Amino acid sequence: MAEITSLREAIAGLVGDGSQVAMEGFTHLIPFAAGHEIVRQGKRDLKLVRMIPDLIYDQLIGMGLASSLTFSWGGNPSVGSLHRFRDAIQSGWPRPLDIEEHSHADMAARYQAGASRLPFSVMRGYVGSDLPRHNKNIRFLDCPFTGEQLAVSPALNPDIAILHAQKADWKGNVLVHGIVGIQKEAALASKKVIVTVEEIVKELNAPMNACVLPGWVITCICEVPGGAHPSYAHGYYARDNAFCTAWDTISSDRETFLGWMNRHIVGTSDFAEFRQSIAADRRN
Amino acid sequence: MPKAGYTPEEMMTVAAARKLTGRAVCFVGIGLPSAAANLARITHAPEVVLIYESGTIGAKPHVLPLSIGDGELADTADTVVSVPEIFRYWLQGGRVDVGFLGAAQIDKYGQINTTIIGGSYEKPKVRLPGAGGDPEIATSAKEVWIVLNHSKRNFVDKLAFVTSSGYTTNPEENSGARGRGPTTVITDLGVMDSDPRTHELILMALHPGVELQEVTDKTRWDLKAAEELERTAAPTEYELRALRDLHHRTSIAHGAPASGG
Repeated sequence: MAEITSLREAIAGLVGDGSQVAMEGFTHLIPFAAGHEIVRQGKRDLKLVRMIPDLIYDQLIGMGLASSLTFSWGGNPSVGSLHRFRDAIQSGWPRPLDIEEHSHADMAARYQAGASRLPFSVMRGYVGSDLPRHNKNIRFLDCPFTGEQLAVSPALNPDIAILHAQKADWKGNVLVHGIVGIQKEAALASKKVIVTVEEIVKELNAPMNACVLPGWVITCICEVPGGAHPSYAHGYYARDNAFCTAWDTISSDRETFLGWMNRHIVGTSDFAEFRQSIAADRRN
Repeated sequence: MPKAGYTPEEMMTVAAARKLTGRAVCFVGIGLPSAAANLARITHAPEVVLIYESGTIGAKPHVLPLSIGDGELADTADTVVSVPEIFRYWLQGGRVDVGFLGAAQIDKYGQINTTIIGGSYEKPKVRLPGAGGDPEIATSAKEVWIVLNHSKRNFVDKLAFVTSSGYTTNPEENSGARGRGPTTVITDLGVMDSDPRTHELILMALHPGVELQEVTDKTRWDLKAAEELERTAAPTEYELRALRDLHHRTSIAHGAPASGG
């Protein structure tokens, strides 16, 4: 049964050095507050998994907290490059990063296989692509019934999934709505699950077929209003496109990046203080 | 504004939009493909079905999305499904007529590189974002259209990395590719279609004011041209107004003042 805790306690208790961590949210509901807390606690050697690394993993990679990254699209959506991700792959800064690269369809299938506790996923894919030549986790299998060649990859079963959602109730049941992405599969594939939510309410009042994660599949629930910023939480706030554009400048230079991270994230005690810190910056 | 009264990018977007007709089901990439697909939807093809990989089916955005998962897409969609579902049931299930993609680089077969520029895969000079949905869009959509700017940097003889292809040249291989792969490439200079037998791109049409020499100069392989090259019709006032209104609405919607950074 989900325990309602502070984000600090949840990260301290559940994310270990060397953990395989999947912080999901497909352009929507990205758990930025949780990412920041991992930075504050200086977790080491994380094996990061995420379809779209986005700004959240650019921050962890740039701070040198990740030893590997499993992903399928590493850009800054709508802006262009992820500079810390690029610097790590191109120059090994601040440390070398092992990458395991798949396509979106494959990553989604791998989470499904993980949630189903199957050993691998299967799909039609990668026809003519060079990716399988560089990734030993993409292989091909002949269908035993038709002989068709199908792409297979090992299931994903991360140590911990960290997600953001709109609401939880007092029992820890979580409601996700809007673009649900890969939230359900990531939660069910992982050994432990932390969900940050906009608010904890008495009753979810979820429509019958809504995407609800029952409290008994979740380890910790943390109330963090605005916790997906600068991504968005449908029904609560919009995506902060200006921040994503500003990130291009902040992250393009190593010193500027480190200065920004130290001032706004390492130098603040929690997400609320972080929000005040960047708001104060904007006023000046 | 050039003396033609429209920009090469506007010509490219309009030419791409014109191809999308009727009730085609189109799996849309962000950027130029999304602009073209929505221009088609708000002008001559109101019944096209636009699918974005975030799981939004039948999206009818009033402004162009900045990312494939903008709330505008969810708010205006007929239905919003999960990411595994969009790739499994809808794309690999064979429901998509056209995969509409952008690219960093293409080769003469319309194969796409969005992975690296220069160096090796392990030690690239420039690391690009990577595959996203492209490899399976290319494999599973009935055909693939690519829209990108025409330059020597983009139209290369040999790709540093084939991110996405969608077909195999080996007829012995039972590859599982369901579609025809890339069939059309639309640029700011003209339109190329692939030869169904060899997959090689053949220049079919030049946009107004563009000469063949410019296209071959900006292509790093020996580009074949059709014997009778067509001339693309210039954008109509109706098309241009619709496209500019769309971009105008988009910049107002997304140009909100910074709330961070």
